[in-house]
Amino acid sequence: MSAPARTDTATGPPPRPLPAVTQGPLARLPPSAQDGLATGLSVLAVRRPAVPLVEVRLRVPAAGTASVPLGPATLLAETLLTGTARRSQVELAADLQALGGALGTSVDADRLSIGGSALAEHLGELLDLVAEILTGASYPEREVTGERTRLADRLAVARSQPGRRAREALLGRLYGAHPYARELPEVDEVTDATAEQVRALHADRVRPDGAVLVLVGDLDPDAALQTVSERLGGWAGTGVAPPGVPAPLPSPALPALVVDRPGSVQTTIRLGGPAPQRWDPGYAAAKLANLVFGGYFSSRLVANIRERRGYTYSPRSAIDHGAAASLLTVAADVRTEVTAPAMVEIGYELGLIATLPVPAEELDAARRYAVGALALSTATQAGLASTLAALAPVGLGLPFLAEHPRDLLAATIEEVAVAARGLLAPAGLSAVLLGDASAVAGDVAAVTPVELA
Amino acid sequence: MPTSSQPVTLPDPVRTTLANGLRVVLAPDRSAPVVGVAVHYDIGIRSEPEGRAGFAHLFEHLMFQGSANVAKTQHFTLIQGAGGTLNGSTHLDYTDYYEALPSGALELALYLEADRMRSLRLTEENLANQVEVVSEEIRVNVENRPYGGFPWILLPPVLFTTFPNAHNGYGDFADLQAATVADAEDFFARYYAPGNAVLTVAGDLDPDTTIAAAERHFGELPARDVPPRPSFAEPPPDGERHGLRVDPLAPRPAVAVGYRVPDPLGPLADYVPYVLLGEVLADGDASRLEQRLVQRDRLATDVSAGVGIMGGAFDVRDPTGFVVEARHPADVGVDDLLVALDAELDRVATDGVEAAELARVTARFAARELRATDSVIGRARSLTIFEQQRGRPELLGELAGLAREVPGDAVAAAAAALRAGGRGILELRAGGAG
Repeated sequence: MSAPARTDTATGPPPRPLPAVTQGPLARLPPSAQDGLATGLSVLAVRRPAVPLVEVRLRVPAAGTASVPLGPATLLAETLLTGTARRSQVELAADLQALGGALGTSVDADRLSIGGSALAEHLGELLDLVAEILTGASYPEREVTGERTRLADRLAVARSQPGRRAREALLGRLYGAHPYARELPEVDEVTDATAEQVRALHADRVRPDGAVLVLVGDLDPDAALQTVSERLGGWAGTGVAPPGVPAPLPSPALPALVVDRPGSVQTTIRLGGPAPQRWDPGYAAAKLANLVFGGYFSSRLVANIRERRGYTYSPRSAIDHGAAASLLTVAADVRTEVTAPAMVEIGYELGLIATLPVPAEELDAARRYAVGALALSTATQAGLASTLAALAPVGLGLPFLAEHPRDLLAATIEEVAVAARGLLAPAGLSAVLLGDASAVAGDVAAVTPVELA
Repeated sequence: MPTSSQPVTLPDPVRTTLANGLRVVLAPDRSAPVVGVAVHYDIGIRSEPEGRAGFAHLFEHLMFQGSANVAKTQHFTLIQGAGGTLNGSTHLDYTDYYEALPSGALELALYLEADRMRSLRLTEENLANQVEVVSEEIRVNVENRPYGGFPWILLPPVLFTTFPNAHNGYGDFADLQAATVADAEDFFARYYAPGNAVLTVAGDLDPDTTIAAAERHFGELPARDVPPRPSFAEPPPDGERHGLRVDPLAPRPAVAVGYRVPDPLGPLADYVPYVLLGEVLADGDASRLEQRLVQRDRLATDVSAGVGIMGGAFDVRDPTGFVVEARHPADVGVDDLLVALDAELDRVATDGVEAAELARVTARFAARELRATDSVIGRARSLTIFEQQRGRPELLGELAGLAREVPGDAVAAAAAALRAGGRGILELRAGGAG
């Protein structure tokens, strides 16, 4: 090693002042165009040409599982791309690949989602394939039965993950009989579903009224709208439009539910409760309260149970939005021996933010993070497309990306205190602990009322 | 439409090297007011000593625990408080630290990266804390989770024999507990020298002012010796090696098959065909193994294939592997899967890949590469790896074109070479309910 060139005295080198951070203007909205087709399909096209690709997101609320049986709807999403009258599953996939493209599908209570991307020069051909799937998915018997079997295996694998099991227990606790309680079907709901059922479901519910299509990428917005109306104008629905998602009933605060997982080396702790919707007046303040509590690495929860106590690797909290309700979740996977102390610390941090105002400096850091993280997440084609596809179906769009940062910057300490009380007060949250019940239930019961699953 | 069917290349990055050996790569793109900053050190899992398995990763955590002018947790709060996001990650051949920020905070990021490169602060208390945090990371990602470490931790000891290539990069609890502050100081002195690092900034930047800023923050760090990089070469397996893992939490079995491939840093014309073979075998529903194993024979529920054991094809030096992975139903035997896999490799080797199939596979490869570079941080990290391992960051923009030049015969030859060589077969048996 060569000797250091600097002369360090006994008192060490002088401190180096931190450089100033220049606050740039809030990001400007990209060029866009939107339109509604006669069929009821809303289209939003946004130009962001950083790379010569285009991102596509289609959201079909009518096929969401809030008003459709979960088994057939899940099988529909898994087999939507397995063939049309004109193309087999393999031909469809090969033709997509030739466009530099890929498509994926999923379904939740709010909507059926189709998403993907392709080289921008092939947007028209990509939309042709999407139209062919929407109007002519054939659900071949062989592909549906094969996928049904695989889906049963995948469900078993998904439910072997502790995070999935804890989430299912929490959602059941919070939402009871409401469709938001169940994200995955039971195996028999899938194995009982038939290709005939899936075809009927498609005919009835994969329809454009109420659906939203978002395109983001290296495109001309007006020309893209024209392309959409040419290629997707023939996609139509019949019959009465289905109902929207009903609002869940408020859940009473229940004792912490301990779900036994014998021999588990960690306890998967999840807490949950209602959160404001994006359009609610207190939303920006609630988002800031969540950040300060556990919504980013610089939060109190991380500083406490990770950086101070070493109980866990990735403690966090988040607000997730559904069309009919939003959900706060708090998550920490802690080693079995510290389960009860971790609950004490989580409860302490929740109680603190619910009862004492957040200092201005701490709040301002969260504000700057929230504004910056939104700008970063919408600075890519895929990020912008997914964000807009989440906003558009609930009546929010590009303007939200301009208004929300202003709301974040304007929220006062008092507003954040009110929001924190509503969002994070521990008395209003339900807890699930998935772990070795014989090792943790007794200690946890000393901290909070407990019920064994 | 403002598009063309010409092959797309990214503009060539600006490169310079500071007097202390720190290499700097700049990739201006002013389309959004954000920058990505990446600092990669040429030290990874393969270089950690025996008895200290997992040390490179533990050390990555320590890099966030403060430096002369930055208190514990302040690295996070300063970056995030400026509207940025950040992380670090440990790989076989490098460790990287990166942040994405509003462009007005670029100077702050350079300050923080320089401060920890100059004067990392290591304490007993922070080391003990991060040993606990890393232990929980291992529990949540490996011990408490079905399929934990499959196959990235479990396959290397089947495919390789030497400690650097075969050992578990997460380490075990005994090794982690044994780590000392002195170990960390030695590791820092040895591997975290400016000459062993690459700094990349991508996004909304002016090259001249950014080079000046890099000089200002990093320029006065003294040059230090850079350790010679050892060779980790070892002979490929002679025949088949077998490994068995009984996973008490997994409800269904799985298998991973590892093969050796040519040196990634050798001629790309010899290596890229293996990358494309992965696409031919397992990218999407039209791929060979999807059709054969999943759709036709129903031997597997999910299949994947490609170059890279931990990470991708272009962020690793020799030796690395080509890995085929399949999740399968309980009533399917591993031998049936291997017979079908061999048959599909033989089919590629014997019949080759037709022009149309190759064209669609390379189109998809090109689109995926472009997509990965759309974020400033994705771009910065990829450029850094290409600079560090190959001295050619511009290769990032050339990959799609290189893929397009690969003849079908070369992909067939890659498949033939996999068939002819030895391999490691890791069987995961399901011990869980469901």
